[in-house]
Amino acid sequence: MNTIHSIGIIAVAAICTMLLRAVPFIVFGGSRRIPDVIRELGSCLPPAIMATLVVYCLRGVDILAEGHGMAELISVGVVVMLHLWKRNILLTVGLGTLCYMFLIQTVFG
Amino acid sequence: MERIVQKERGSCIGFAFRQTIPVMLGYLFLGTAFGLMLQNAGYHVLWAFGISCVVYAGSMQFILVTLLTGGASLLQTAMMTLFINGRHIFYGFSFIERYRKMGKAYPYMVFSLTDETYSLLCRTKIPVSVDENQVSFWISLLNQCYWILGSVIGSLAGQLIAFDTTGIDFSMTALFVAIVVEQWQEGKARLPVIIGFLSSLTFLLLWGPERFILPSLSAAVCILLILRKRRGSQTQSST
Repeated sequence: MNTIHSIGIIAVAAICTMLLRAVPFIVFGGSRRIPDVIRELGSCLPPAIMATLVVYCLRGVDILAEGHGMAELISVGVVVMLHLWKRNILLTVGLGTLCYMFLIQTVFG
Repeated sequence: MERIVQKERGSCIGFAFRQTIPVMLGYLFLGTAFGLMLQNAGYHVLWAFGISCVVYAGSMQFILVTLLTGGASLLQTAMMTLFINGRHIFYGFSFIERYRKMGKAYPYMVFSLTDETYSLLCRTKIPVSVDENQVSFWISLLNQCYWILGSVIGSLAGQLIAFDTTGIDFSMTALFVAIVVEQWQEGKARLPVIIGFLSSLTFLLLWGPERFILPSLSAAVCILLILRKRRGSQTQSST
């Protein structure tokens, strides 16, 4: 392990990550007025991004492999039902995660 | 007077803390997994602490461990980071005005905009009794604290965890699914949700699991812009 090179790698990863997060603020973050199109985009992007993140989290699921992604399908179903029913984020995330852990460790383990 | 200020800050932190509990579970665990992985790669706890302080990007930090052990070049590291974290380009658009008025906290807010912090800030409806800037700041800071704490725990004591934690990372998936449900129920956000799903599933099938997210988000942005333009010209022609 080369300490200097390791620090270099970490610094590059840190700077690139920060720059990516800063792009919208660098481009539109000055004191001037933000164009309406960007403002509207900012308000309608979150739902599209959240849907994409759900797919991103489940991207590794292989429906042809053993289990066919049933543990994921059932757990996502439980999460949706729980949240429609109680709309309590802690309950939903907690029980949904327990459900998935149970399924993946026992039924589909 | 000072007591009132203190009390107000206390209620801001308390409110922010309650919002972050769903992320705490996932960050403590994922941070622990990262710390343990880094420890096994021969990097001790100060490395784990430092990386979680300055890089602070979930999946990228796991890739970083393999880059470190493989002795990747700086250019490779830069390419990999742009590739994995490219999706973060899209996050700031929703917070430009909100962050701009945050003064000294502004740079930190931009730096700490992870998937999970973004999600919480999008869903949290801040009551008038607490200060929006304070709450946003504390949500961001608490989340990073969980992540750093998890990394340090994993590095020092990851091997001591006795129970089977397989599947605990599903908590982040559950959080995102629950937020999609909330946005769906709000009604006006249904079209973007549908566009997000269709676009990501299409590119997942076309480009595969490791490469779909950037083209998918870019396509979603283009579609939203086109729909807006069309809607705009419709309202113009109707007036």
